[in-house]
Amino acid sequence: MSQENPLILGIESSCDETGVGLVRGTELLTNTVSSSMEEHVRFGGVIPEIASRAHLDAFVPTLQQALSDAGVTLEDVDAIAVTSGPGLAGALMVGVSAAKALALATGKPLYAINHLVAHVGVGLLDESIAAMTQGGQLPENLGALLVSGGHTEILRVRSIASDVELLGATIDDAAGEAFDKVARLLGLNYPGGPAIDKLAREGNAKAIRFPRGLTMPKYMGTAEAPGPHRYDFSFSGLKTAVARCVEGYEARGEEVPFADVAASFQEAVLDVITAKAVLACKEQGITTLLLGGGVAANSRLRELAHQRCLAAGITLLVPKFSLCTDNGAMVAALGAQLVMNGVAPSDLAFAPDSSMPVTSISL
Amino acid sequence: MRILTIDTSAVASAAILDFDPSNPVKTAEVVANFVTEDTRSHAEVLAPGVKSLFGDPITEGPALDAIVVGTGPGPFTGLRSGIAMARTLSFTWGVPLYGMMSLDALAHQVFDSPEYRNGVAVAPLAVRDFVIATDARRKEVYWAKYSAGAQLLDGPHVGPADDIFGVQVFGAGAGLYEEVLTANRCSVYEPFAQAQPTALELGRAAARKITAAGSLEAAGLLDSTPLYLRESDAKVPGPRKRALS
Ligand SMILES: [Zn+2]
Repeated sequence: MSQENPLILGIESSCDETGVGLVRGTELLTNTVSSSMEEHVRFGGVIPEIASRAHLDAFVPTLQQALSDAGVTLEDVDAIAVTSGPGLAGALMVGVSAAKALALATGKPLYAINHLVAHVGVGLLDESIAAMTQGGQLPENLGALLVSGGHTEILRVRSIASDVELLGATIDDAAGEAFDKVARLLGLNYPGGPAIDKLAREGNAKAIRFPRGLTMPKYMGTAEAPGPHRYDFSFSGLKTAVARCVEGYEARGEEVPFADVAASFQEAVLDVITAKAVLACKEQGITTLLLGGGVAANSRLRELAHQRCLAAGITLLVPKFSLCTDNGAMVAALGAQLVMNGVAPSDLAFAPDSSMPVTSISL
Repeated sequence: MRILTIDTSAVASAAILDFDPSNPVKTAEVVANFVTEDTRSHAEVLAPGVKSLFGDPITEGPALDAIVVGTGPGPFTGLRSGIAMARTLSFTWGVPLYGMMSLDALAHQVFDSPEYRNGVAVAPLAVRDFVIATDARRKEVYWAKYSAGAQLLDGPHVGPADDIFGVQVFGAGAGLYEEVLTANRCSVYEPFAQAQPTALELGRAAARKITAAGSLEAAGLLDSTPLYLRESDAKVPGPRKRALS
């Protein structure tokens, strides 16, 4: 196997995207994604069983498409990488079973990798980021802010192949989940993120003061004596506050100012996310922050993150959108880093882990 | 003819069988067999199990004549791990893939078993129509009705064991709901009261069908579409719940 510039096939099935990507070293060859999002719209959120059924039917066609787009065959591939967690258990199981079959049928080594760390590794594939960093390496003193329908985390990345630490995370809903639930309250369609982003542009973000979760002193503490949730998030109380607010207007017989509610809700989520991420960077000596996850597409998140990072002297890296959402190329990108760093492949008997911690980069 | 069979409708299992489709007298030879009792860890154990069937999967896999996968019915997550495995092996090795209802495996096993009295075989186990029932969890069974010759007559269904009347019932579903079935004038045969479909029996059933038809193509096997029988539990959300009350 080429250890300098390995050709890696990456498989992703942790939520509602079936992804197969091919990467050579840090070069993106193809990123093929089949999404079951349309099938979840009428339910207002991802239904795990529907996602799992869709993964089973999408996997082989997506694999075939990826190989043909990249113009490579399975014989050319040096190793296979697959998301083994965190994610929806039944959905992970499909990608893991298929990846094991592929490894056993080809005799190629298999890497069971962490989905969250892969969201960081994907930065290596982005051309605008590569232009800012040195020769296929991620910058030193790196942090990551991951925001999606399934996760909301702040990570510290000392080494993408061997040392990643969780600084903070949501203790209840993911940010994207909060967007979906509030979208429903406001009569908007799933997925809620883009719908609220759009409506919020017509509203006043200061119209209603919604609570910022886990920002009280008892949770925050101080830099010297941090509280129990200094870098953590909570969005379930915010969702209830929005519901009460909307019902308050209705009870008073007033028209609900939907755009103001959307803008104020969005501001409450993104204010706390960016404030805590920047705080973590400043206190932990992080000088570059990488943004990942589907909510990275949110225009207000990008704006706030840019402003606050600039003010704090932190370099902000935002991969292009197709690399921010869940995909197989990010799995392949991390797989390539593991191969290049001589990490041993996974045993064929590994179990997918729906709550795999970020400290476990591969199994 | 050499086939690989995989079934994860209940336990995780896989087997390789060798047989001659032009010779109905000779029984299929079991080349290798893997089976586990575990019904909850298919994604872990199946791949090492399949690998253990081969000396060298990379040369022996592509030389197979077919892969036959059990399409259930069975608990969804486990069932999918076998079908995902079978579809991917078929694609990678370029070996044709067929599906077979998992309950057929038990039906053919019953068909092959003689009934003994005082150590003497007195008759085939099933002399009339019979039912195969397996555990569908949630107090229900997956079941199908077969003729004494193991031809599928009706099903597969999912529902309470109480839906089955007046027949012999075989399989783990029969053992679980013996009281209900007995009250419905069904009989449960103890040696089959815990039986689960396995890849080995699925392979024997497939070999019999292929041999009877004279070829793989004429055997009328299914494709690999899973027989879920149940919709996902998802409900379209109703009107908004109120936070104020
Ligand atoms: Zn993700």
